[in-house]
Amino acid sequence: MQQYAQPHSRFSVLSGSSLSSGEHLSPTASSARFSLPSAPSINTTLGTSKPGPRPNIYDRNTNKTRTTEVSASAFAFLFSEVVQYTQKRVTGINDLERRLNTLGYRVGMRVLELMVWRAESSSKAPKREIRFLPALMSIHTQVWRAVFGKPADAIKKSVENEDEYMIIDNDPPMERHISVPRDMNTLSCSSFSAGIVEAVLDGLGFPARVTAHNTPTDQYPSQTTILIKLEKSVLEREELLK
Amino acid sequence: MAVFGLWVINKAGGLVYQRNFADGLAQLTSNEYLVLAGTLHGIHAITSRLSPIGSSSGAQVIEAESFKMTILLTATGTKFVLLTSLAETTAESVLQKVYEAYADAVMKNPFHTPEMPIRSDGFDSRINALIGTGQS
Repeated sequence: MQQYAQPHSRFSVLSGSSLSSGEHLSPTASSARFSLPSAPSINTTLGTSKPGPRPNIYDRNTNKTRTTEVSASAFAFLFSEVVQYTQKRVTGINDLERRLNTLGYRVGMRVLELMVWRAESSSKAPKREIRFLPALMSIHTQVWRAVFGKPADAIKKSVENEDEYMIIDNDPPMERHISVPRDMNTLSCSSFSAGIVEAVLDGLGFPARVTAHNTPTDQYPSQTTILIKLEKSVLEREELLK
Repeated sequence: MAVFGLWVINKAGGLVYQRNFADGLAQLTSNEYLVLAGTLHGIHAITSRLSPIGSSSGAQVIEAESFKMTILLTATGTKFVLLTSLAETTAESVLQKVYEAYADAVMKNPFHTPEMPIRSDGFDSRINALIGTGQS
């Protein structure tokens, strides 16, 4: 717990209070977890019938498991419990969205590392996106494909503001089973996905504030827009690189 | 060949969802529906003891003169009751699909409290797609 006392500069978008309270939500915060390899595992007690301990999840080859899928129902139940758990501890819709954003941020950091590792580990000339638009395109296709199994539906650039871009998903898999009650209808549980996007952008070097908004249309009643508001430093850098 | 209504009764016997589709049954007040659902819950429990062939989980079809009730009892004690015309043959499969819709739209919804009345747009639209709209 001591190592998280000073918020890392990468966590600049999060306030200190949300970080420390977020610790309770993350299983890795408990120091007991770090002693996992020496913890008694079920396999060792069955010793005689199995040919040695089964490799645990940390030892699996990360490249071989790139196409494995997780049960959508299992994830839906887990996410439902995450939302309920968070709802009991917040004071309003904005706070709830911020907490979900924080959780998504933690996932996004790992998604970025794994995605880049899997994409570039086999190629001779690893490529890194330094301009914003290619980075946005890679989020739109690769991140969405890595996390949800299909690319997102559209990218838009805002006409009023120079620093705003939008990623549109017509049927976000995360929200498929969620029905928000009428009195909370500005809540978007895709704040979790927004957190993932925010972490990927931070990791690639494009700090931004990312939020999710419901934009239902007649054709797609559960359409969600992920709004990316870039920081000034990114815009200045893009100007210089032009 | 018409579906008149759908009831969902929780494990304590309380009505959590009630919807009418085609016309054909008397219009009742919501209080009367609550009383009927509780009565059906009790009768269903009694029928599980009255079975002539030994162990039984309770009545599955109750036929009357102008309609029949098909009851699906789930492993958790929730009952799905479909009221249809006598000629309807697909009641059991419709109930299975309603159960699926319930597991998806209601159980996975973080804003639903289990065993409480169902107020979910997702469930309503799936039932619409499955059975068709009617008056609510």
